[in-house]
Amino acid sequence: MKPFTYERASSPVEAARIVANRPGARFLAGGTNLLDLMKIEVETPTHLVDVQDLGLDRIEETPEGGLRIGALVSNTDLAADERIRRDYAVLARAIVAGASGQLRNKASTAGNLLQRTRCPYFYDTNMACNKRSPGAGCAAIGGVTRQLGVIGVSDKCIATFPGDMPIAMRLLDAVVETVDGEGRRRSIPIAEFHRTWGDTPHVETALHPGELVTAVTLPAPLGGKHFYEKVRDRASYAFALVSVAAVIQPDGSGRVAFGGVASKPWRVEEAEALIPLGAAAVVARAFEGATPTDDNAFKLPLAMRALAFVLSQAKS
Amino acid sequence: MMPVRFKVNGESRELTLDPRTTLLDALREHLHLTGTKKGCDHGQCGACTVIAGGRRINACLSLALQHDGDAITTIEGLGTPDKLHPMQAAFVKHDGYQCGYCTPGQVCSAVAVLDEIARGVPSHVQADLLQRPQASNIEMRERMSGNICRCGAYSNIAEAMADVAGGRG
Repeated sequence: MKPFTYERASSPVEAARIVANRPGARFLAGGTNLLDLMKIEVETPTHLVDVQDLGLDRIEETPEGGLRIGALVSNTDLAADERIRRDYAVLARAIVAGASGQLRNKASTAGNLLQRTRCPYFYDTNMACNKRSPGAGCAAIGGVTRQLGVIGVSDKCIATFPGDMPIAMRLLDAVVETVDGEGRRRSIPIAEFHRTWGDTPHVETALHPGELVTAVTLPAPLGGKHFYEKVRDRASYAFALVSVAAVIQPDGSGRVAFGGVASKPWRVEEAEALIPLGAAAVVARAFEGATPTDDNAFKLPLAMRALAFVLSQAKS
Repeated sequence: MMPVRFKVNGESRELTLDPRTTLLDALREHLHLTGTKKGCDHGQCGACTVIAGGRRINACLSLALQHDGDAITTIEGLGTPDKLHPMQAAFVKHDGYQCGYCTPGQVCSAVAVLDEIARGVPSHVQADLLQRPQASNIEMRERMSGNICRCGAYSNIAEAMADVAGGRG
């Protein structure tokens, strides 16, 4: 690990100001992803601003009937919250499908939104990677691509967004709240928070440098039946090959989002109108323009079958 | 170098550390509590599992400085050779290990898992999120997936946990 200095911030604005004004400074929340990447020197911050003391660890009800989840609420606490289990079960299901019990105890809500890809070429500093070194090229293209993305990718990067929790948050139309070093606040719809890679795969979110995520707000509950179906290489503690988050209403309408397939939580609202026609129609529309490789083309029929399973469960 | 104070196994400890020092290295290299093991050092194997603030975590993926003021329990704080923690005794009884390297992490994790079940923390295999989770075999297996045992003592570990959970009534 490269040397760095460390401090604990005493307010969100102070934390944002330090990170905005000090080159090489980064926020530190749970640290489960950042410290891992620092050990292999994919991440090399020179200063860490620990945000654990900022009072961002509460879940509060909003006047609109939703919930405001503090950025530092742990994955475990979020999934265990009775309101989440009852009214946003897709979110609780997504969280407990990810990582291990130890990691969920430490990992934060904001950190989970910001977690980096698990593309093996991103992790291997001997390989070219446009995320690590913009312009260096992408060794994954033409390489071993079984786990990599089929849509929302580009000729500069074919990495996936690895998370589970944000797939459910995208389904629920969550809003990411931020503050910057000047005290300015923004509310970013999650659909606009994560980016498709395009020519700048190193720019992963809509956040400005030094902008701190303070909370994630969920709108009022949707009702309906909630599902998070995750397909992976082992039964627990593995990243998704494909995951399907869905809320299906009694009249057969619903919402669906996919994980493990794209640069971001993948939801195509126009495809949701096709849910009554079945999984094949939804997946054909949601994955229009997909660019799978020979190694990961299986993700398209796998997504279709996982969604077909969810839709059959919804009817039973 | 920066100062950090925490309680380890009930005892106040004060260290001055390079900020890069993980909680795992602070415990092993500075406090010489070598019961907690370094396996992968990347949060994948669970050998470094300790209980911090009542929650099991991977000590390898946490900076010691993040734990200023925390209470930390390691395997040395759960039991001693003369007075085993009930989970340690159950691991012995059910042969829940072979080489033993992962065992301190397994035991810390197992103790915390039973607490998580008692507190109603949900899991991936829970059929109904609104029912209280049960200390069933399938729940133990899912909740222990962050602890790898290369010798493959998994089924006996689950037996040991079931024994302790049953004894708790």
